[in-house]
Amino acid sequence: MDLVHVWLCLVGLVVILYVVLDGFSLGVGLLFPFAGNEAERDELINSIAPVWDANQTWVVFGGGALFASFPLIYTVLFSALYIPLLTFLFGLIFRGVAFEFRVNSSRKGVWNLAFFAGSLIATISQGFVLGAYLSGIQMDQNRFSGGAFDWLNAFSIMTGLALIAGYCLMGSTYLILKTTGNVQQRAFRQAFWSAVAVTGFLGIVSIWTPIHDMSFVSRWMSEPRVYVVWVFPVMGIAAMTTLFIHLKKKSEIIPFISSLFVFLSAYLGLQAAIYPYVILPSVTLYDAVAQTRTLEFTLWGVSICLPVILAYIIYSYWVFRGKIGTEGLYH
Amino acid sequence: MDVVLLSRIQFGITTAFHILFPTLTIGMALYLVLVEFLWLKTRRELYYRMYRFWVKVFAIHFGVGVVTGIILEFEFGTNFARFSQAVANVFAPLMAYEGMTAFFLEAGFLGIMIFGWNRVSPRVHFLSTCLVAVGASLSAFWIMAANAWMQTPAGYELIDGRFMVTRFQDAIFNPAFPTHLTHMLLASYETAAFAIAGISAWFLLKKSHPAFFKKSLYLALFMAAIIAPLQVVVGDFKGQAVAKHQPAKLAAMEAHWETNTEGGAAFVAFALPDMETETNRFSITIPNMLSILTTHSINGQVIGLKEFPPEDRPNVGVTFWTFRVMVAIGFLFLAVMLWGGVLAFQGRLSDTPLFLKILIGIQPLGFLATILGWVTAEMGRQPWTVYGLMRTSDSVSPIAAGNVLWSICMFVVFFMVIGFSYFYFTLKVLRSGPDLDPPVPGPHVPPDMITMNNEMSDREVA
Ligand code: HDD
Ligand code: HEM
Ligand code: HEM
Repeated sequence: MDLVHVWLCLVGLVVILYVVLDGFSLGVGLLFPFAGNEAERDELINSIAPVWDANQTWVVFGGGALFASFPLIYTVLFSALYIPLLTFLFGLIFRGVAFEFRVNSSRKGVWNLAFFAGSLIATISQGFVLGAYLSGIQMDQNRFSGGAFDWLNAFSIMTGLALIAGYCLMGSTYLILKTTGNVQQRAFRQAFWSAVAVTGFLGIVSIWTPIHDMSFVSRWMSEPRVYVVWVFPVMGIAAMTTLFIHLKKKSEIIPFISSLFVFLSAYLGLQAAIYPYVILPSVTLYDAVAQTRTLEFTLWGVSICLPVILAYIIYSYWVFRGKIGTEGLYH
Repeated sequence: MDVVLLSRIQFGITTAFHILFPTLTIGMALYLVLVEFLWLKTRRELYYRMYRFWVKVFAIHFGVGVVTGIILEFEFGTNFARFSQAVANVFAPLMAYEGMTAFFLEAGFLGIMIFGWNRVSPRVHFLSTCLVAVGASLSAFWIMAANAWMQTPAGYELIDGRFMVTRFQDAIFNPAFPTHLTHMLLASYETAAFAIAGISAWFLLKKSHPAFFKKSLYLALFMAAIIAPLQVVVGDFKGQAVAKHQPAKLAAMEAHWETNTEGGAAFVAFALPDMETETNRFSITIPNMLSILTTHSINGQVIGLKEFPPEDRPNVGVTFWTFRVMVAIGFLFLAVMLWGGVLAFQGRLSDTPLFLKILIGIQPLGFLATILGWVTAEMGRQPWTVYGLMRTSDSVSPIAAGNVLWSICMFVVFFMVIGFSYFYFTLKVLRSGPDLDPPVPGPHVPPDMITMNNEMSDREVA
């Protein structure tokens, strides 16, 4: 594996870490309106309070790492997806400040709404970004040359909705893990219905993607990829089946883990369908990559820092392990 | 309006809003380290209460700092794509390192710092506070390296309009970097110290929780007394660095039009600079002073702005005035601390009402000086994004102006809502004062010792 591929895997790792980690935090935000009363809402908030900030940091690092390793993707994609990306950030802002302000507020209703709306806006814009990325970007001489609304099409709207279902699944299975009683019972039902929706969307994506863009199929079917790619749908189906079985059994841990695998299979399946391109239809990873010296310099940092970061993030999850009560954890 | 101007306005607004928050958190993290250190050492309940009180202010601030910072990281791509593409090889790794070394450290341990009191040992908790403080300062390290590189690029070679790295050490430790970083860190410590001092002074004047806020005030003024003189000295170094590496910026900051050929250059204390006629109106000058300040010799030569073609000159009026007000604030801080020193010597520090009122009054000035300093540095760098090498007009993204206009409007509305709520909640947290009820964690000084120590004891505070 050469340096370029090492970096491709690293960026991919950071992206999927962000997606699953902030995914469940955003999911909890999406499920927020369904909580019965203020005490239950506190429970939801407390379940992610100590970790959401670190979860969100993966997108910051993802941005930095992408900028450093594949500057062309960073610059072209970010100017092309100006509106959905900034909308995503606006959503994150509102979710973040709602978090900080809600605890101190006596009118919690406003911040409850902001927390939900922020999570919803951030999620759907991420879905738009994904859909637009898969639809391809109009370029001219290494620059974005399309219009302001190129990102908006039926396909990207579908991916937006699909991501909402996906994050609800992550959020609810996380809540099963962290809560008890009423909240947990509701989370079981929510997880079931989200899983149904996700199954539906995965079906739609599998049919629509090849219709949307035939090149996906030809890349999937190319040798030697064809021998490997079937792993991802199989993994997805297995994970989904496990999920349904264990939801039924009211198991607490396995639903969360299987929903991670559902995400992983979808993500890897799409990656496999794009490779070796990084911006469709025509930019390959070698066109987009940074100078070798830059890759080396940054890789040094990553190989030292990433294990350390993962270690202390796992440590902090461990510190806050177990069920969350309703008593004020915050401040 | 075109994309260039709109993008600049947007970047200016978003960074100026962002910087308000890190400035306080970088300094306040240091303060919290001090407080927790004292708590671990003395086990006095008072210090624990102090920590819990100030950390609330810290947490609100931190949250807003994080969400506004994320925007900046994306804006390089969304708004300055051509710049980002040209400089990525040198510039982007610094951002990546900032994320790896600083942001994760802060975000990872912040949870323990705020929620972890009953879940980790006191030592681990203290370590977490220290790591958050280290993270905050490391964040300044990388971002200041990146910004300093744009001021005085080094360690690169230009190939086909792209900056390729030759040596990262040179790129990071570029000529502007040492003073850039120290000046910014000191600005943070100073701003936070005066903010805490001002809040404490307000409570002392109201006579609520006197023992508690006396201690808070002393600790803050202790910090400020060390930093205030240092900042003036480092500011002077900074001025010399600018004179050496960015002569056009220095000339604009000083409204200095003609290079002095014989005799020293005069310092312009007051003027209304006019870029059309290349002169200063209503100017009040001090002979030879500019030469003394920038070259440390009476007749030293200072390059004037007329040496540069008009299209390469920054806006003189803005840089001149923002620079002057910042320096005035620096000296004001120094003067207040000198007076504070005299009062401390007489043992009247916390019961001189005028002094306390002044502390309340100057509380926002640190933030103001920080913003003005940045405007000096950034507007003084114009018309370049990479000084002398890449123009701002060649830096922006190939997008329609409408996009940027939309996002500016969104930012303005958001920042107004967030700024207002932030203010409201901070005041609310402050007004409710320290919370003296929750039990103190860990092995602590037995209650009778606290009452024996009662000059600072919590019961008296209550
Ligand atoms: C790492 C880089 C970096 C850092 C730390 C900062 N800036 Fe900056 N700033 C830029 C990188 C930059 C830039 C991207 O390079 C801009 C955009 C257009 C330009 O010429 O420079 C810029 C422009 C810019 C402008 C508009 C100037 C003009 O176009 O005339 C203002 C007012 C500020 N900034 C203010 C700030 C403040 C208050 C900061 C405090 C945090 C700050 N900048 C930090
Ligand atoms: C253009 C310049 C800047 C960019 C792109 C930027 C980027 C960011 C980002 C992305 C975050 C959020 C990190 C997270 O998720 O935890 C952040 C927070 C932070 N930034 Fe900035 N930043 C800039 C300017 C500065 C400057 C000049 C300083 C200080 C010298 C600074 C210090 C901090 C600190 C201490 C935090 C942590 C949050 C807080 O303390 O409020 N930043 N910044
Ligand atoms: C007498 C005191 C001071 C002097 C002589 C001084 C000098 C300078 C100079 C020459 C610059 C321009 C840097 C450039 O263009 O690259 C600058 C920038 C700046 N100043 Fe000051 N300053 C003083 C006080 C202060 C104070 C009190 C604060 C804040 C509390 C402050 C905050 C800043 C900031 C944030 C910047 C921009 C960042 C940087 O360049 O490091 N300064 N200062």
